[in-house]
Order: sequence, then C-alpha cells, then structure tokens
Amino acid sequence: MQPLILSAFTLTSSLGRGLTATLAALREQRSGLRYCDFPGAELDTYIGRVEGIENEPIIDDLSDFDCRNNRLARLGLEQDGFIQAVESARRRYGPDRVAVILGTSTSGILETESAYRRRDPETGALPSDFRYRHTQNTFSVGDFTRRYLKLHGPASVVSTACSSSSKVFASAARLIQTGLCDAAVVGGVDSLCFTTLYGFTALELVSSTPCRPADADRNGISIGEAAGFALLEKPDRGTGDITLLGYGESTDAYHMSSPHPDGLGAAEAMNKAMQRAGLEPGAIDYVNLHGTATKANDAAEDKAVSGIFGATTPCSSIKGWTGHTLGAAGIVNVIVSCLSIRESFVPCSLNTGRVDPDIASWIAIEELRRPVRTVLSNAFGFGGNNASLVLGKHS
Amino acid sequence: MIRVFIDGIGIIGPGLPSWNESHEILAGRQPYAGGELPRLNANRLPAAERRRSTAVTRLAIDVAEQALPPDVSAGDVATVFTSSGGEVEIIHRIFEELATAERLISPTQFHNSVHNAASGYWSIATGSRQASTSLSCFDDSFAMGLLETASQAFVEHTRALLVAYDFPPLQPIFRARPLLAPFAVSLLLAPEQSEHSLAELTIGFDPADIGDPGRMEDAGLEALRAGNPAARSLPLLAALARSKPAKLIFGCAVNGQLQARLTPCP
Repeated sequence: MQPLILSAFTLTSSLGRGLTATLAALREQRSGLRYCDFPGAELDTYIGRVEGIENEPIIDDLSDFDCRNNRLARLGLEQDGFIQAVESARRRYGPDRVAVILGTSTSGILETESAYRRRDPETGALPSDFRYRHTQNTFSVGDFTRRYLKLHGPASVVSTACSSSSKVFASAARLIQTGLCDAAVVGGVDSLCFTTLYGFTALELVSSTPCRPADADRNGISIGEAAGFALLEKPDRGTGDITLLGYGESTDAYHMSSPHPDGLGAAEAMNKAMQRAGLEPGAIDYVNLHGTATKANDAAEDKAVSGIFGATTPCSSIKGWTGHTLGAAGIVNVIVSCLSIRESFVPCSLNTGRVDPDIASWIAIEELRRPVRTVLSNAFGFGGNNASLVLGKHS
Repeated sequence: MIRVFIDGIGIIGPGLPSWNESHEILAGRQPYAGGELPRLNANRLPAAERRRSTAVTRLAIDVAEQALPPDVSAGDVATVFTSSGGEVEIIHRIFEELATAERLISPTQFHNSVHNAASGYWSIATGSRQASTSLSCFDDSFAMGLLETASQAFVEHTRALLVAYDFPPLQPIFRARPLLAPFAVSLLLAPEQSEHSLAELTIGFDPADIGDPGRMEDAGLEALRAGNPAARSLPLLAALARSKPAKLIFGCAVNGQLQARLTPCP
C-alpha cells in the first residue's frame, strides 16, 4: 500500500493527558491502574480511569453531546497541538476533503445506564434530559468530533469491539486511496461504564489485581478508558516522523468471546499487515501485543506471534499501564508504538512477574533501549475481529 | 470516483421477504401493502449459535445470505455490517439489569450486545476469515456502509458484501429513537463486471448539498425509507428493480452528500 504519514497524534489515558505525560509514565514505570473507585461500581478490581472528566462538561453549541465519552474525546483532542494540525489540514485541503473515522465500543451509554435508574415509576419513561442521538448512539463520538473540528468530509464510527480503533486506519487508508479524501482524522474513544465493568465480570474475565499480561499467574483484564487520535495524510503532502506502512484485517470464524485457540485469525491479520507493508517478519523491531492478560487471549496471541516471529522479536503489552481500553485499545497501541519509534525504546510488559512457561514469544519484562524502526501493533476483539497495523519511522 | 458492480441483492422488511418476492413492488408495478416481517431463520448458523443469537443478528444473517450467488463462497467475500442501533433488544435488557441492585448480566447477553455481533455470527456461520467491519453512522449508516464496501471492493480488488440493518429499539428508548419497522438490505459489490453483475455503480462525494435524497413514490415505501436508516437504500433498490439508470443522493456528512450513479448492465 501507499504509506501514509501520521502528521499529528495524541493520547489521553490513565497515564495522563498528552504525549509528554504518557511518555513520562512509560519511562518511570508508572502504571495508570488504581483500585476501582468508579462512582457507584462495587467491584473488586483495578481500573484505568482518566482523572477530571467529571469536572469538564461540554458547553456552548455542542452541549447536547455532553457525556463521559465525548468529554474524553474533547480532552483528547485538546492535547499536543492536535486541533491546530487539523486546522492546517482543513485549510490546505478544504473541510470536505478531510474524513473522520473513529472507533468506540460503548459510546455514551453511561448516560442511558443512568437514565434507566431514573425512569418514571408510572410510565417507565426515561427522564426528559435523555439525548439518545448525542450520547448513546454509537455514532455520537464521530458526530461530535467532526463538528468540534469543523470537518465536512465523510464521517463514520467503527464498532468492532476491541479492534475498533485499529480498523479505522484501514478504512481511512482505503478512503484516501479512492481519491475521495486527502486526509483523515482517525482514532478511538472509549470510556468507563457499568455495561463493560459488570459485563466482563459476568464473563469472569476481570482480575482482582492490576492485570498481568503473559504472566504465569495472569487471571484477567483491568478495564480502562482512553482517547487517542491521529491525522493521516499522503507523504508528499504532510510532514511527520511516523508512517502507517500496512494494515491487516481478519475474523476468527470461531467464537463470539473466545479467540481461536491457535490464533489463526490473529496470525492472518499480522501476515496481511506485513504483506501490505512489504516487510518480512525479520524487519519488525517490536510487536506491540493486544495482550489483555486473560488466560485464553494471551495464549492464542502467543501461538500466532511465536509462529511468525519465534522468540527473536521483543514483544510487550501496554495493558498493565493503561488497562484494557476496549474500543480505544487499538489507538493506545498505535500511539505507544509511535513513541517507541520516536524515542528508541521497547516499553516493558508492566506487572509481568514470571512469564508463563507456555508462552514462546520474547516478552520484554524490562524496558529495552534500542532503535525501533518498525512496529507491528495488534488489536483483537469480540466476534473474533482482528486488526494489525505496521508503523514505521519515516525516512 | 469509485466504480464497482452490484453482483447480488438482498432485502428483508415488513411484507418484503426477499429480493425476488419484492421486485415487482419496488419497481412500482405492484402496490406495497406492508405486512409481517418474514420469519428470521438464520439457517446458516450452527444450532447452538442460532439459539443464542438475537433477532437483530438473524435479520442481518438472513439478508446477507440472499445477496450471495450460489457459486460465490462467503469465504471469499469481505463484509461490511452497518447499523445505527445494532443490538437494541439486548442492550435494553442489560440496561434493565444494571438498574437493579444485583446488576446480574448474563455472559451471553454481554457478548451478544457488541455492535459487531452480527459480523461475528456471520463469520462463525460461514467459516469465513475475511475482513469484516461494523459501522454506525446514525441516519447515514447505509450511505457510509456503501462507501466503505465500495472502497474495499475498489481498492482491495475483492468482492465485498454490504449488510445494512436496523431494528426499532424497545421502549423506553423507542420514544427517543422511533424507527418505523425492522429493515435490512444487502449488496454484493465486485471490482469487475461478471456474469453476475446487475448494474454498475459509480460513487462520488459532493461537499455541498446538491439536492434532496430521492423519495419513494409509494407512500408506504416512503414511510419505510424515512423510518429506518437501512431503508434509505430503497431508491437504489427501486432503480435496480426497474433496470433504469439513476442518479442517487444520500446524506453522509454535516453538509456533504454521497452521490451514486447506477447504470444497469446489459
């Protein structure tokens, strides 16, 4: 494929707001996970919560969109000069030539959860302040973001569970390739809500400790929230030090919530991404794992990764730092991969004490300082939905 | 400009059980009398999955199946599922559970609630490991799904199947999102003309409001078009049924519109 430049990118998660805070936490081995203090949730688990969302409502002309997820989107957009970079693209190409393609799994459903606790006791009606279109509907974050950024190109939201915000890169690359757009704002936003906190608990997939990817004693995920964005442009039009070199998508055809035990779909996504990038496995310097820290997910991903890379390429999961940010997991990995390339280091798999002896890949349990020119970044989701991306240093 | 070919069509709605059985109504040669939604069988799903699947998922699976010609394997076809509301029934049940003191969600309920449930079940039903995405774009879900599917067919040079579907939400959400009836449509798009090709479709994006989206002459079909995001496809289906060239307009941005030109294949 024709590589695309990431002319701007940003991340807000439990590690902090923006790239500087994110990088500092990664360098200081500081996790964003804390014992669950999400208001109203009584669960014995750790979460990756972004501080301060409660105090920063969306006001003025977009106030109908006010909800935790869109607040988190706005917080994310305001970091690292991202809005200025989009403004520049808007001026250069025209507002109708810039697409918006974002991923989310649960959108603003926290609002509906709250509204269902406040139903009219006689009629069952939701309270009058319930705004379905602007909060609960899955498109809400895409609609908010295009309006906040004043972009008039095609806009859509991808919701394929935990692969959503990696899939957006593939959709955007295709749309730019058709010539219908010159640039695209991509990314993902997912925020804490009761549906996921209690849903993953029902599946017995939530750990009572901070999650431990690839650890012999791993016992589940820690749920987090994040907002991340990137601006994609053709390399002859944009400037930046990181490029999207390839994408690969597949499905497992196996089970709704368990991965294929041999990681067949995962391997297919990784191989397709490397094929599109025109790279052999030996040319990949770091594999940023999906690495959720459940028994089944890490074992299946390891089968796929070790089958392709053996134990020769360092791998790590970011989930011990940010928790599993679900629909934002893809973009979290992408932005950390960009930092890894830019700052020449492989982040360690935080909280991984003793690597599971059944895991054959090279899990980096300590930070590696070394040049990183290319990263393979994974995101896999429910419904057996897989997406892998190859990112590289722009030469 | 994107250029693709339509190689297969499916439709399910009230009184519209399949493309073959709806053809004359859509062409305007028979009146639309409304009616029941056909029974949603999802026969392609293994029995255990069929039992667990929702009506929304079965609607998507059944309409997807219709668009595949017998000699085209699902294993060779990428899929794009698009729906404004997704799994509305399950989501409602989860909200009800979460409003109780116990907050007991069932594991099956939870994994069925994801927006890509239909995509996941389709992959299980067909054994296809092809790329599959799931979009939501409120009332523009059909148009953006069409754009994504056509982009895939055009750029990746592969057959790609669009499946657009929406069910009205249950009360109390229904009051805030009053969809008229369940509706689903599927289009199999191909990068090159073949013996299956029914029409050529070129797709562009216009930054300005270039005119009203086409309306249906029949009042019942027009109510359906306006009452379900997937049914925004009806003018395109009507043009296909009449085998007449058509210029079609769909909303898909704050001001902009998707423009599609349909030219029937001889």
